[in-house]
Amino acid sequence: MALRPTHEIHARRYGRNLGLGLVLAGLIVVVFGLTVVKVTRGDYQMQDTTTTTEEQG
Amino acid sequence: MSDASLDPTRLDGEAQFGDYFALLKPRVMTLVVFTALVGLLAAPVDVHPFVAFCAILFIAVGGGASGALNMWWDADIDAVMRRTAKRPIPSGRVTGDEALAIGLALSGFSVVFLGLATNWVAAALLAFTIFFYVVIYTMWLKRWTPQNIVIGGAAGAFPPMIGWAAATGGISVESVLMFSLTFLWTPPHFWALALFMRKDYDNAGVPMLTVTHGRRSTRTHIFVYTLILAALAIATAFTSAGGPLYLCVAIVLNAMFVKGAWHIWARDEIMAETDNYAVEKSFFKLSLLYLFLHFGALLFEATVDRAGILWGAL
Repeated sequence: MALRPTHEIHARRYGRNLGLGLVLAGLIVVVFGLTVVKVTRGDYQMQDTTTTTEEQG
Repeated sequence: MSDASLDPTRLDGEAQFGDYFALLKPRVMTLVVFTALVGLLAAPVDVHPFVAFCAILFIAVGGGASGALNMWWDADIDAVMRRTAKRPIPSGRVTGDEALAIGLALSGFSVVFLGLATNWVAAALLAFTIFFYVVIYTMWLKRWTPQNIVIGGAAGAFPPMIGWAAATGGISVESVLMFSLTFLWTPPHFWALALFMRKDYDNAGVPMLTVTHGRRSTRTHIFVYTLILAALAIATAFTSAGGPLYLCVAIVLNAMFVKGAWHIWARDEIMAETDNYAVEKSFFKLSLLYLFLHFGALLFEATVDRAGILWGAL
């Protein structure tokens, strides 16, 4: 099946769609980057419960 | 109904990406970014560079969101002021509903992400800033009192406090001083603008001081507020935020600023019209440099202090 030719609206909204695409790509980079920084710094380290259990036992 | 309104692909006046970006008031955003960055970097806490970048980005987005909400609410008066008539909503490129949706969505996004990236004190301050600018200033004070600029100026003064809070998780003397500097700087800055953009506020019916109390009174107000600002700006040099370089910068700039305010006070409308408000315009331009250099000097002092601490630790 042949691809549909690009509608005029696609050409007209190219700049708008490209801008939004770049913003969304930027958001992914920001969220990923923040996650890497937070995890490697240990901000979200789980509390070690093993020692507590052994001490209690 | 015209044919154009039936055709979903009509070309005239369709918003481009830049129009949506213009809703965020990019020029105001540069001031927000700069002062927030100084607040963040001046704080005596090491922030991971990527977290710092994200914090500034989210503060900027929050500032932009409040700008979009301001444009949504003020579209009627923007349309009658020459300075603002080409903004996306009055020019018809973006609808008010779109601006409202973008403003609300970006407000929520920026506050939540700033909280996740840094801490919830900074996020709460950003949320309060957006609320203050949109509800207290735009919806309430702007059309009600000639002191709109004075109280509303607080909204523009919060970014360095948010930057500081993003780094430290709290509020301190230094961040309050940075707030006060911008807070007291705003009235003379905007009143000078109101003097030479004379017809705009009259036509829009915004109760600017120039409209309600007259231009003579506005000139006096500029001079008095500049004196108060100068006292605070120079006094800051003797606090923990200041230092020798800041003191030199503050003395020179405040002498120039007071001199400019004096010239504005000493002349009348006839003199101003003769040279097309040259003194008022140069005072306005100086006010931009004034804030930039004061914050630059505060940043320098903070950097020197931290370098000194590091040097002492070695």
